[in-house]
Amino acid sequence: MTAPILKVEHLSMRFGGLLAVNDLSFEARRGEITALIGPNGAGKTTVFNCITGFYKPTEGMLTLSHDDGKSFLLERLPDYMINRKARVARTFQNIRLFQGMTVLENLLVAQHTPLMIASGWTVLGVLGVKSYKLREQAAVDKAIAWLERIGLVDRADDPAGDLPYGDQRRLEIARAMCTDPVLLCLDEPAAGLNPRESLELNALLRAIRDDYETSVLLIEHDMSVVMQISDHVVVLDYGIKISDGTPDDIRNDPKVIAAYLGVEDEEVAEVEAEVGA
Amino acid sequence: MATVSETSSAAARPPVDVARAFKDAAFAALVMLGLSIPILSFRSEQNMNNQLVLAERWDAVAIACALVFVARLAGAWLWRERVGAARSKPLTMPAFMKPLAGPAGLALVVVYPMLMLAINGPQGSIKWIDNFGIQILIYVMLGWGLNIVVGLAGLLDLGYVAFYAVGAYSYAIIATKVIPATYPDLGVWAFWICLPISGLLAALWGIILGFPVLRLRGDYLAIVTLAFGEIIRLVLINWVEFSNGYAGISTIPRPSFFGIPFNASDKGFAAVFGLEFSPIYRTIFLFYVILILALMTAWVTLRLRRLPVGRAWEALREDEIACRSLGINTTTTKLTAFSIGAMFGGFAGCFFAARQGFISPESFVFLESAQILAIVVLGGMGSLFGVVVSSILLVGGIEILRELDFLKSIFGPGFDPTQYRMLLFGLAMVLMMLWKPRGLISSREPSVIHKESRSISGSLVKEGHG
Repeated sequence: MTAPILKVEHLSMRFGGLLAVNDLSFEARRGEITALIGPNGAGKTTVFNCITGFYKPTEGMLTLSHDDGKSFLLERLPDYMINRKARVARTFQNIRLFQGMTVLENLLVAQHTPLMIASGWTVLGVLGVKSYKLREQAAVDKAIAWLERIGLVDRADDPAGDLPYGDQRRLEIARAMCTDPVLLCLDEPAAGLNPRESLELNALLRAIRDDYETSVLLIEHDMSVVMQISDHVVVLDYGIKISDGTPDDIRNDPKVIAAYLGVEDEEVAEVEAEVGA
Repeated sequence: MATVSETSSAAARPPVDVARAFKDAAFAALVMLGLSIPILSFRSEQNMNNQLVLAERWDAVAIACALVFVARLAGAWLWRERVGAARSKPLTMPAFMKPLAGPAGLALVVVYPMLMLAINGPQGSIKWIDNFGIQILIYVMLGWGLNIVVGLAGLLDLGYVAFYAVGAYSYAIIATKVIPATYPDLGVWAFWICLPISGLLAALWGIILGFPVLRLRGDYLAIVTLAFGEIIRLVLINWVEFSNGYAGISTIPRPSFFGIPFNASDKGFAAVFGLEFSPIYRTIFLFYVILILALMTAWVTLRLRRLPVGRAWEALREDEIACRSLGINTTTTKLTAFSIGAMFGGFAGCFFAARQGFISPESFVFLESAQILAIVVLGGMGSLFGVVVSSILLVGGIEILRELDFLKSIFGPGFDPTQYRMLLFGLAMVLMMLWKPRGLISSREPSVIHKESRSISGSLVKEGHG
């Protein structure tokens, strides 16, 4: 087994009196799809926001290692550096596309950093240097290749806000992938998708895992997605990890069943003893 | 095309309900009657014995009510197609005109001074070139500069005039104090030396202000920029040794024709080119200088929009959080927008000082910021062409008011139309909010095209949140 791409150790996040994440440790392995599941309010999105730099964790260490052995402590990087240097990309639970910009523009904004360097931090770009034009064409080609992959190439010149919901979800994933991430974090990618779109998403995520050197970490409520595509599942409840293993292990874990379905009154004490609460 | 418009107009024009229209008009006239009894019907006048008496003016009330009745009735026929139609239709022109409109408009602006000279002669045309041409072009340039900050990056800047002031005072102080004291020979070149310096100083102030302030969002940013504009003005008023306070700085050197001054001497422009001396040459020259400066602003803006930094500005306006997740440093991106916008304000300020020959803090009040912002917002945020249209409407409109002398024959000799400019300004804003809340040009042109360019409806484009 290869080294974990992301190692979360003793992560805690406190908002005033609320301990949203409590001493959480898990690993996301390279080349795998790791799912983070749990009932509503379990702290999944908080973990995501810590990993992608939108929150600074109260305690804990988040280590991201690249193939070449370089590693980054995510909790110490400013938010934009987590994408730029550590190459972690994310999508959002409520889609955050640039709605007034075209589909193609959305994918070019995602390639901001390499294009900025190619444009000589704007100076060469204003002068209209040829090397920048070539680089920009390469960026457009890459964007078009992604649009072909997600089947939106005919809508490249339409504003992103005009796309149907399912297409917007796929476009947001393509936009994150245009930043060449080593770890792609997806916050409920299947939310609001119909069964057919959900199957397309499964295929897309498997393709990302297999065709690109990108590992995937996802939050998901849709168990058909989680059980079919994830290689490894971490279950959270009330900010605490209650289970960690393959989808089959999770499916049969009584603690997970208790957290999701609740238990009969007489079993509460039994389950609590088991969970250690 | 014809069939489409016929069917749509037929569908949108319901028959007029005559009884209802009369009822509606009668009700409007009744409201007018109620309003005009306290306002119009009595007027206090002095009689022969210097006593105050009430003069009755029932004829005025009757005329006002009749006018409202007729207007409302006519409106029932004229405005009925508005029912059910889209309230904000984007301004569109026929497809074949689109590529021609830009060059044709530019050609018109380029020949404008010559045209005026031919029509009005050297004396009469100064007013048309200076008050209309140069004045409007200054505001076009300021509008285009502020458009980078407000229209593209979505940062509400209420103190833009501060950078205009920085540019103007940079030129005034360097040209009247620094250059005569150090290299007096460079005097004729003062404008050309100071132009880049003014822009750089304004950009520097943009960075100095932006660095602590751009963490703020929305209303907070607007208030701080507003305060900054006032601080600059108050410093200029109170730091008398530096800026000469309220008295301002006068005898600022005028720009030279690349080293040849515009004066009546042997080495002046007219003598060198074998022309009869006239102040019109300088005015025409200034017109072309501000035209080139404004076009440079537009050219740079158009270029920047197609560069990663411009796309990042627009992305920032759309969604700041998504930008951060894509590796965009939002602080530096905002700072570049702020300082580049400030730089163009500085250039315009330098030109303003050179054109006026005199500046004082009175020229840089908040009203100027508000007017420039109004130009950007009325034009449609982010639209260069919209800024031109709204500058002509707002600045040209105010200048036109000065020309309406014939109104004195109607309203009496004490009537000064320019005193109503703020009222009209407010009315224009209200009408705009009602009919074109996203500005005259509300659609956005994409910065990169795969197959065909489609304008993006203003309803999708966000206005930014600071």
